[in-house]
Amino acid sequence: MADEKPKIRIATCSLAGCFGCHTSLLDIDERLFDLMEMVEFDRTPFTDIKHCGPCDIGIVEGGVSNAENARVLKEFRENCNVLVAIGSCAITGNVPALRNNIDLWDCFQEVYLYDSGTEGKQIPNDPELPLPFDKVYPIYEVVKVDYFLHGCPPPADAIWRFLTALIQGREPEIGYESLRYD
Amino acid sequence: MTSELETAANPEKLKRIVIEPVTRVEGHGKVTLLLDEDNRVQQARFHIVEFRGFEKFIQGRPYTEVPVLVQRLCGICPVSHNLAASKAMDVIVGAAPPPAADKLRRLMHMGQMLQSHALHFFHLSSPDLLFGFDAEVGKRNIAGLAMQFPDIARQGVGLRKFGQEVIRMTSGKRVHGTGVIPGGMSKNLSREDRDWLLAEIDQVVRWSQQAVNLIKRLYGEHKDFYNNFGYYRSSFMSLVREDGAMDLYHGNLRAIDDKGQTIFDHVDYSHYGDYIHEEVKSWSYMKFPFIRSQGREEGWYRVGPLARVNNCDFIPTPLAEAERKIFKEYDGGRASHATLSFHWARMIEMLHSAEAIRELLHDDDLLSDDLVNIGERQLRGVGVIEAPRGTLIHHYRINEDEQIVRANLIVATTHNNQAMNEAIRQVSLQYLDGQQLTEGLLNYIEVAIRAFDPCLSCATHALGKMPLEVELVDAEGARVKRIIKDSDGGYRA
Repeated sequence: MADEKPKIRIATCSLAGCFGCHTSLLDIDERLFDLMEMVEFDRTPFTDIKHCGPCDIGIVEGGVSNAENARVLKEFRENCNVLVAIGSCAITGNVPALRNNIDLWDCFQEVYLYDSGTEGKQIPNDPELPLPFDKVYPIYEVVKVDYFLHGCPPPADAIWRFLTALIQGREPEIGYESLRYD
Repeated sequence: MTSELETAANPEKLKRIVIEPVTRVEGHGKVTLLLDEDNRVQQARFHIVEFRGFEKFIQGRPYTEVPVLVQRLCGICPVSHNLAASKAMDVIVGAAPPPAADKLRRLMHMGQMLQSHALHFFHLSSPDLLFGFDAEVGKRNIAGLAMQFPDIARQGVGLRKFGQEVIRMTSGKRVHGTGVIPGGMSKNLSREDRDWLLAEIDQVVRWSQQAVNLIKRLYGEHKDFYNNFGYYRSSFMSLVREDGAMDLYHGNLRAIDDKGQTIFDHVDYSHYGDYIHEEVKSWSYMKFPFIRSQGREEGWYRVGPLARVNNCDFIPTPLAEAERKIFKEYDGGRASHATLSFHWARMIEMLHSAEAIRELLHDDDLLSDDLVNIGERQLRGVGVIEAPRGTLIHHYRINEDEQIVRANLIVATTHNNQAMNEAIRQVSLQYLDGQQLTEGLLNYIEVAIRAFDPCLSCATHALGKMPLEVELVDAEGARVKRIIKDSDGGYRA
């Protein structure tokens, strides 16, 4: 009977993060095959689906640093029943948010105008490049978030316990021993 | 040369096709194509759309913090940034690590090469190679691979796991560990961990050999297609050991041109700035490096597995060296230039990494407690390493208060910026020009990008004269507040 139920559908994305949370998700190792038995993947960096469709669970890594991040995040919120902020960048902004107390203009000049080995000095300015925000925002400042999974990145075991609970319809309980705040 | 496709003469009159996001790569990328009414490709560009500003925001931070901080550039190859920064910090503290620490770092780096190469080949790229570039979307991924080729998928996962465990045992964590410190290492390898690795390593070497055999088989079955896909010739740059051997952890810079002639060799990497400059283009946040003696137009080059296997005189482990010879013979003893050869070279490197780990594990120095050297403070340090994706350069200056004052990072993928653009233009001309574009055909463009295994997380970015706009939106989507900042620094609501 259980086989007739449609599989849980999961989407994941990385905004202003480093991909480390996705790496940690893959670090569940062989359990990845068990996960693929239980769920179907919608938009993730590992599939070629470019836009998030209706999903049960959406997992977002990284903060919001530009207009494209905000667009993707809203698309996830609209399509996902449950939205999860995974890792420190999504939860607090973390390392990318270190630029928040620096004038963005100064940041750009440092990289594109002051570096001695740079030629053709100019600030890239093309309509194809998404509008950068003056600060990097945690995702809860832009959309409603249902769960926060801490860590930089959260360990694979914590991700596994969290996901299997959600998939089986239980409230996730992560023991203190597997939560990391570094 | 395909550079005429960089900028179309009259873009406003052309159709725009966008591939966004580029998938099954690490980080954020976007491809735009401009086509005329006959679907002839007039412009093709690979854009990097993410801005971090690492070089700016680490200013003022203590130098000891940097190796751990810069890992957050990239969660797939954090060890590379950690090690490149640490090598720069070794110079700043004026102390080369003791032999035991050097070997532990090498072990960690080989573990990373193994996991990163396995991830790229099995989890990200192999679906294209095994199912076909235009196979149905739902199938072209690791789940499709697990369904149809379970043994291959399980070996990929197993290889990655082993590499990640090597990293965990030497750095404390699989992602963003803290094992490496300026002048050495903070921990050794425990006897228990070493025994676990020794028990597994023979199988890991065997699986790596099978991965090389798999890519060779695919090559053999589609020889002409693999050779011609996105083909062009280029210069190559990599680190090589003093004696010309492949060395992924340390060496001198060597560059050869598209005819195989040496451009420079045995270059001390702390002088990289005398040989390489970077150009800025308005449409990408990633700069375009070039070799100065060749000039801005002709000086671009490729780095990474293909460059390293082509550039080295030999690989210092037997199985990988045997495979290098086969690889070389395939192109008549010359350097291989085919875009898809990257995959073959990457698997040869994965085999080399597995063999190098096996050799290292038999060295009792890994269990030593002599892990840190202390020296005399310097104010400038350059660290260079061969990351999975190619030559990675970290360059720092500090002040007397031990704070970072300047930083310059040239990440591996940046070196390949022009080369990736050349590849997508070549593929556009070969397969898309004049065609009705389907999803499957557009994937050909991504296949060309994936061959480079780009790591786009490390990209940087900027704004021009456009104003910055910030919108605050509440949970219902209603706009609460909007602030615009002009480039002259003024604000308006």
